[in-house]
Amino acid sequence: MIFVIWAIVFVLGIWIISTYNTLTALRLRVQNAWRQIDVQLKRRYDLIPNLVETVKGYMQYEQDTLQKVIDARSKAMAATGVKESAEAQAALTQSLGKVFALMENYPELKASKNVLDLQEELTTTENQIAFSRQYYNDLVTQYNTKQQVFPSNMLAGFFKFQPSEFFSVPGAETAVPKVNLTLTR
Amino acid sequence: MGFFILFFLFIGGAVDYLYFDAFTRVGPAFPVATIFSLGMATLMTLTAYYGGSGIILGSVGAEKPDMQIPEHRELRNIVTEMALASGSAMPQVYVIYDPAPNAFATGTNEKNSTICVTTGLLTLLDREETQGVIAHEMSHIRNEDVLLMTLVSILVGGIAILADWGQRGFYSSRSGRRLGSKSPLLFIPLLLLIALSPLFAQILAMAVSRQREYLADATAAQYTRNPGGLARALEKIRDAGMAFQKATRGTAHLFFVNPLRRRLDDHDGGLANLLTTHPPIHRRIMLLYQMAGIPVAATQS
Repeated sequence: MIFVIWAIVFVLGIWIISTYNTLTALRLRVQNAWRQIDVQLKRRYDLIPNLVETVKGYMQYEQDTLQKVIDARSKAMAATGVKESAEAQAALTQSLGKVFALMENYPELKASKNVLDLQEELTTTENQIAFSRQYYNDLVTQYNTKQQVFPSNMLAGFFKFQPSEFFSVPGAETAVPKVNLTLTR
Repeated sequence: MGFFILFFLFIGGAVDYLYFDAFTRVGPAFPVATIFSLGMATLMTLTAYYGGSGIILGSVGAEKPDMQIPEHRELRNIVTEMALASGSAMPQVYVIYDPAPNAFATGTNEKNSTICVTTGLLTLLDREETQGVIAHEMSHIRNEDVLLMTLVSILVGGIAILADWGQRGFYSSRSGRRLGSKSPLLFIPLLLLIALSPLFAQILAMAVSRQREYLADATAAQYTRNPGGLARALEKIRDAGMAFQKATRGTAHLFFVNPLRRRLDDHDGGLANLLTTHPPIHRRIMLLYQMAGIPVAATQS
């Protein structure tokens, strides 16, 4: 009889430890994924002045649009809080998209190797931002699900695990925006 | 895996029985060939584990990408994107200078893996489509297919060598004196086993590979959230219809689409299911379009 009780205690202990560790590991991965997004964002901030410098000479009549990109960039860099920064980032993505659309009108730009290189860099950065956000959201889903399903929800409540917040761009909840900035060859 | 080791055992045993009179009173004390082939299997598995990707990359002539070439830089960027989307470490990137569009992944685990792409694929496909292909290869790495596939391709090669030796031994030591004491009931099936073992080994490898392809396609769609890109990539590669010359029967199952391109590969059912390394390409395309929510009837031309 005493043996059965010990066995139950033992199995329960193992379950508690493993569930707790799974939850903690997930929480750390969520945090890490969030920081990963910041790395990509930083890269984009660094690339934008380059782009503007390179295309300024060609795009004489689009100074306004270029200025908007610069403004959106400084706004995004200054933004604090999840919601505000998400909005600023979305605005930056949009203004960049506009520049790339306008670049279609300048055949000399497409001929420049420098511009093409820069464009590929920016395209991949945009995609990397989108994909790291997607991965972040995938992880958050996993983490929050683990906290809410039985039986791990009992432990999550006891150890006070908090559900993580999804990353969402205002007005774009329905589809993950994938920017393809490549010029048509 | 176990199957392949068993295979080595059987071939070794058969050679022992036929040529060295083992398992009888007059034969040697040890089944020499059995031990030899078992040792060979162990050695090959270890080689495959520690150096398999190197061997495979060498055999298809893969090279490090040249970062001066825009297409190669784009490839590296796309691999980075997919590594982020799947949340795994950045794999190594290799290219093969070959016009046939194809790709494969190899390695032992997520942290030690390689994605290899032909230059033909890079010129044929646009960014979105290449992304689909890379996502497919990334899925092979994440679903832990790469180790299995790498081991299988090395072992299939090993069985072929072993069977070759077995057959040659038969022709050179064909003195009636040795065979006389053995019953033909055992003798003929054993000989058949040696002769047909490369075929059996390959059928096994194919069965392993086919199942994983659908899964990798589905996981790729999950990573890119864009099954249409991968579907269009498959269509373009099918229409290009080029065979990749440097692929052998031992490495065919590693590739994105079957590099050998035989007529049989586009069929579905009985014999095709047994003898192909990849599921029929039109079926893969159809399933991907279904995921994208495009009605299947619209895609059939």
